Amino acid sequence: MNRNKRLFKLVDILYISMIILPIMIAMVIKILTTPLSQGISISGARIFFSIPFPVQDLIITEAQLNSAFVLISILGVCLFLTHGINSGNLTTRHHIAEWIVEKVQGLVDGNMGEFFKGYAPFVTAILGLSGFSSLLSLCGLFPPTSDINIVAGWAILVFILITYYKLKGGFLNYLKGFTEPIFVMAPLNVLGEIATPVSMAFRHYGNVLSGMVIAVLISSALQGLSSMVLSWLPGFLGEIPFLQIGIPAVLSVYFDVFSGCMQAYIFAMLTMLNISGAFPQEEYEMRKKKKLLKIKNK
Amino acid sequence: MELAIGIILGCCALGAGICMGIGAIGPGIGEGNAVSKACEAIGRQPESKSAVTSTMIMGCAISETTGIYSLVVAILLIFVAPGLMVNILKEAINLL
Repeated sequence: MNRNKRLFKLVDILYISMIILPIMIAMVIKILTTPLSQGISISGARIFFSIPFPVQDLIITEAQLNSAFVLISILGVCLFLTHGINSGNLTTRHHIAEWIVEKVQGLVDGNMGEFFKGYAPFVTAILGLSGFSSLLSLCGLFPPTSDINIVAGWAILVFILITYYKLKGGFLNYLKGFTEPIFVMAPLNVLGEIATPVSMAFRHYGNVLSGMVIAVLISSALQGLSSMVLSWLPGFLGEIPFLQIGIPAVLSVYFDVFSGCMQAYIFAMLTMLNISGAFPQEEYEMRKKKKLLKIKNK
Repeated sequence: MELAIGIILGCCALGAGICMGIGAIGPGIGEGNAVSKACEAIGRQPESKSAVTSTMIMGCAISETTGIYSLVVAILLIFVAPGLMVNILKEAINLL
């Protein structure tokens, strides 16, 4: 019994280090690769190295690396929360895990309907990934969601799912959907189809990026202001950035925490609504009945 | 050459400012409308506050999209467009 307990604790420590270590590694990489002379500036994701490739060089950037670290960290959180959930005695973390599952299942049931019951894990994954990625800017790291490539990847995944569920009603029905009011509207409908993932990606990325730009603008303005106020003091006393302490943190509560969580919720919500809206229920049921009849006739 | 580059940079900054300024009008009006209607609904039926609030935030975020588009265009105009334009200008001068 005692040995089992010690093993349990050991695995726990392993999981906790799995949560924290990736973020620490990302911070160390950020500190090592930032040039010393660089002041406050607005820049995209830093490119670490590029691998030669036939059409276009494969580029490994800060955003990709950070999102990989976030994936490992989220895996650690999941393993930690569900560790020992079948042992019989439920503790606080098991209740937290159950609360998360119940909340997301309720959300999916309310918005997507009976057919999409199994979509709760997917929606939870999008929520967690997007939320964690946006909150990464609290640690001073580059948030992966402020790079359009990452968000566009998720949006393309959602687009593939939407098309898959549209095709459930038959390929001819899918093509017929493009000529909905009249035949002339086909190009506009194709454009509208493409606009869904583009607008999803731009919305998420633009919101996070605007928060980052405003934070940089305000902190550089405060730097200028504090050096203007204190410039008459001699030596290093004149260079104390006293206005920069605290004020950017208050703003980051809105731009990083609230906006990041909000955008994660909205991205998940739009995913659910788009996927469930694309599924033609009546057509699908008709096709299913026809198939059953064919099997019976044989 | 310096004059041309100056004009390019100035026009990019001007375009970004106009783009953001005009692009922010629509979402501002739209979100204001949404919030005012939500306040009316909550005033009429205080028990439906949570549902109305979540729907309102959702709608606000969606009507914000056009503002975000103009923000993206403004950011492209400030950070990406000047370099591209100057490169094009230099190539054109080299060709001549």
